[in-house]
Amino acid sequence: MRDVAIVAFAQTDHLRQTDELSEVEILMPVLHQVLDATGLRASDIGFTCSGSSDYLAGRAFSFTMALDGVGANPPISESHVEMDGAWALYEAWVKIQTGQADTALVYSYGKSSPGEVRDVLTRQLDPYYVGPLWPDSVALAALQAQALIDAGDTDETALAAIAHRSRVAAADNPHAQLKGAVPAGDYVVRPLRTGDCPPVGDGAAAVILAAGDTARALCPRPAWIRGIDHRIEAHSLGVRELTDSPSTRLAATRAGAFERPVDTAELHAPFTSQEVVLRKALRLDDSVDVNPSGGALAANPVMAAGLIRLGEAAARIHRGESDRALAHATSGPCLQQNMVAVLEGESAHA
Amino acid sequence: MPETLSAPLVVEFPFTRSLGPVQSAFLTGLRERTVLGVSTAGGKVLVPPVEYDPVTAEELRELTEVAATGTVTTWAWNPAPRPAQPLATPFAWVLVRLDGADTALLHALDAPGPDAVHSGMRVRIRWAAERTGAITDIACFEPYDGGDTGQSAPHDGEFTDPVTGIVTPARLDYRYTPGRAQSAYLDALSRQHIVGERCPSCHKVYVPPRGACPTCGVATTEQVEVGPRGTVTTFCIVNIKAKNLDIEVPYVYAHIALDGADLALHARIGGIPYDQVRMGLRVEPVWTEGGRHPDHYRPTGEPDADYDAYKELL
Ligand SMILES: [Zn+2]
Repeated sequence: MRDVAIVAFAQTDHLRQTDELSEVEILMPVLHQVLDATGLRASDIGFTCSGSSDYLAGRAFSFTMALDGVGANPPISESHVEMDGAWALYEAWVKIQTGQADTALVYSYGKSSPGEVRDVLTRQLDPYYVGPLWPDSVALAALQAQALIDAGDTDETALAAIAHRSRVAAADNPHAQLKGAVPAGDYVVRPLRTGDCPPVGDGAAAVILAAGDTARALCPRPAWIRGIDHRIEAHSLGVRELTDSPSTRLAATRAGAFERPVDTAELHAPFTSQEVVLRKALRLDDSVDVNPSGGALAANPVMAAGLIRLGEAAARIHRGESDRALAHATSGPCLQQNMVAVLEGESAHA
Repeated sequence: MPETLSAPLVVEFPFTRSLGPVQSAFLTGLRERTVLGVSTAGGKVLVPPVEYDPVTAEELRELTEVAATGTVTTWAWNPAPRPAQPLATPFAWVLVRLDGADTALLHALDAPGPDAVHSGMRVRIRWAAERTGAITDIACFEPYDGGDTGQSAPHDGEFTDPVTGIVTPARLDYRYTPGRAQSAYLDALSRQHIVGERCPSCHKVYVPPRGACPTCGVATTEQVEVGPRGTVTTFCIVNIKAKNLDIEVPYVYAHIALDGADLALHARIGGIPYDQVRMGLRVEPVWTEGGRHPDHYRPTGEPDADYDAYKELL
C-alpha cells in the first residue's frame, strides 16, 4: 500500500441560497484555495474526481459544467461519482494506490436551493415499493429516531443536547450555516424537530491527495490516510436494524479505527439521532472530540457534507490539533452506506 | 450588474420499470388483495419480497402468503403531508411487520393523532378502491384490534393477467437561477446584444459565457460584445422533423463563430437554400418580435471568410 495523505482542504461558506452563482462559480474559489495552498497548478494534478447529483440541479450531466472550473482542456484524467464527494475521494485514493497518479484533486458541490431537497432525495429510494410513497428524508430519519427512543438508546432531550453541542461548536467555524443556540423548534416529522434536522444549503469543498514524499513536500503536516473502507446495507429499511449501523462498524474495523483510540471524530450525521447510532457503532466515548466543526447539523451541502468531514478531520491534523482522527461519511436513507477513514499526523506514533 | 434571474424549472418523467418474477407476483397480489412475501433458506419470510437474500445473496423464488394485519415496529408522525404522499391529512409513517412475516413494510397509517400511535400497535391494510398492481394499491394502514395470527402459507404466485411492469410518475419542481455569467448573457440578449466573457489568462472570449475558462480554470470576468456578424465554421443538414417544431425540413444547423469570439455557438441558418450553405459563409442574426434569442442566422451578402480566419475555431 502507498502512503497517501490529504494535504489541503477548502470549503465555501455554506449558505441557504446562492442564486447569483452557478455551480462552477460556487466551486472555483475552493479549487483555487487548495491549489494555492499546495503551490500546484491544475496541470500538475494526476487525477481529478468529483461528486455531485443531477437531481439537485434538475439537469442531466450537470457535473460537466463544473468541470470548466478545473481547467479540463487540454484533456485531463477525470472521473465523477453521482454521490457525496467522500466517495470521489475513495476513488482517487484507489487511483493513487494503483500507481497511476501521485496527486489527486477531489471536489464536490451541492446546490440544494433550487429544489425541495426533502422531495428530491426520495428519488434515490427503491422505485418499486418505496419511491411511489414519496417518504421524505426527514420522515425516514424520524422512523429511525423513534426506533432508538423505543429501544431506550436516546430521548428527545438527549437529541436536543446533540443539536445544541453541535451548533455551539460551529460558532468557531467561519463556514457554518447554523451556529450558536438554535431553538428545538416544532416537530417536522415527530420525534424530530427543526433543531434535530440539518439546514438546507448550498456549498462546495475540495481536497488534494498526495502520495509519499510528494505529500511531505506539499504540506508541513500531511494527514495520512491510515485506513479507509466503505460498506453498504440492504436497501429495504424493514430488513435493517435501524438502531445500529453494522456497515459503519465493519468499515471502521477494516479501516483500523479500533486498533488505537482516536482523539477526534468527524461524523456525517445530518440528523441528531444518527449521531447516537454512529457513536454506538464506532464505540466513541466522551474522550473523543466529536464534530468540533459542528458537523452536518451546522452545514449540510448535500453531496459535499461527507467530503467536508474528511477535510475537517484532516485540517485538524494539519493544524496540529489532532494526532489521530476518524472521519465518517454517509449516503442514502437512514445511514444506508457508510465510509470510515482513519487519518494520522506524522508524529502520532513516532 | 443585472438583477438575479430566476425561472420555474419542472422535471417530470414516467419512471418505467420492468418486474422480475418475485416483484411481479407481489404487485399483482396487491391488486388481488393478497400479500406475498418470499421465504429464505434460513426460514425467514421477507415482506416486501426481494429477489436475493440480503444476507447470503442467494436467489429467492419461494413465495409465501402473509396476513393483511400486522404490528407497527416503528413510526413517525407527519403533521404536514407533502404533495405526492399517500394521505393528504396528517398521518404516521410506519414500518409494519405483517403477521407471518419477519421483516417490515414501509407505508402510511391513518390515525387521528400521534397519541393514537405507538410501536407494537396492531394495524391492518386499507385497500385502495382502484388497484393496478402497485404499492399504492395499499391505500394506507388503519388501527386494528385483533391479535397476531402469525399466518403464512405457501403460494404459487400464479395470477391471471400478471403485472409485468410499473410506471411511477415523478415530478420535481425547481427554481432555476443561471448564475452571474449566464445572467449577464441573457440580460444582454434581451436587448438584442450578444456578449461573451474574456479569460484573464489566455484572453480567449467565450460565448455564451459559463463563468470559467475550461483551459485555465479561472473565472472569466471581462464582458465583451461579440458579433452580431459571424462565420459558419461547420454545419449539418437536418432531415428529420422534431416533435413540436414547426420548421420545415431539410434545414441547416451550423456552428457560427461570431466576430470577436473564440468559441463557435450553434444556431439554425435561414434565408438561403439548404444546399447552398457552406463553410466560411458570413451570417448575421435575425431577431423576431418578442424573441428572447436570435430565431436564426441569415447570409450577410459579404464574400466568404478565408479558411485561415476560422480554422482554429473548428
Ligand atoms: Zn483561459
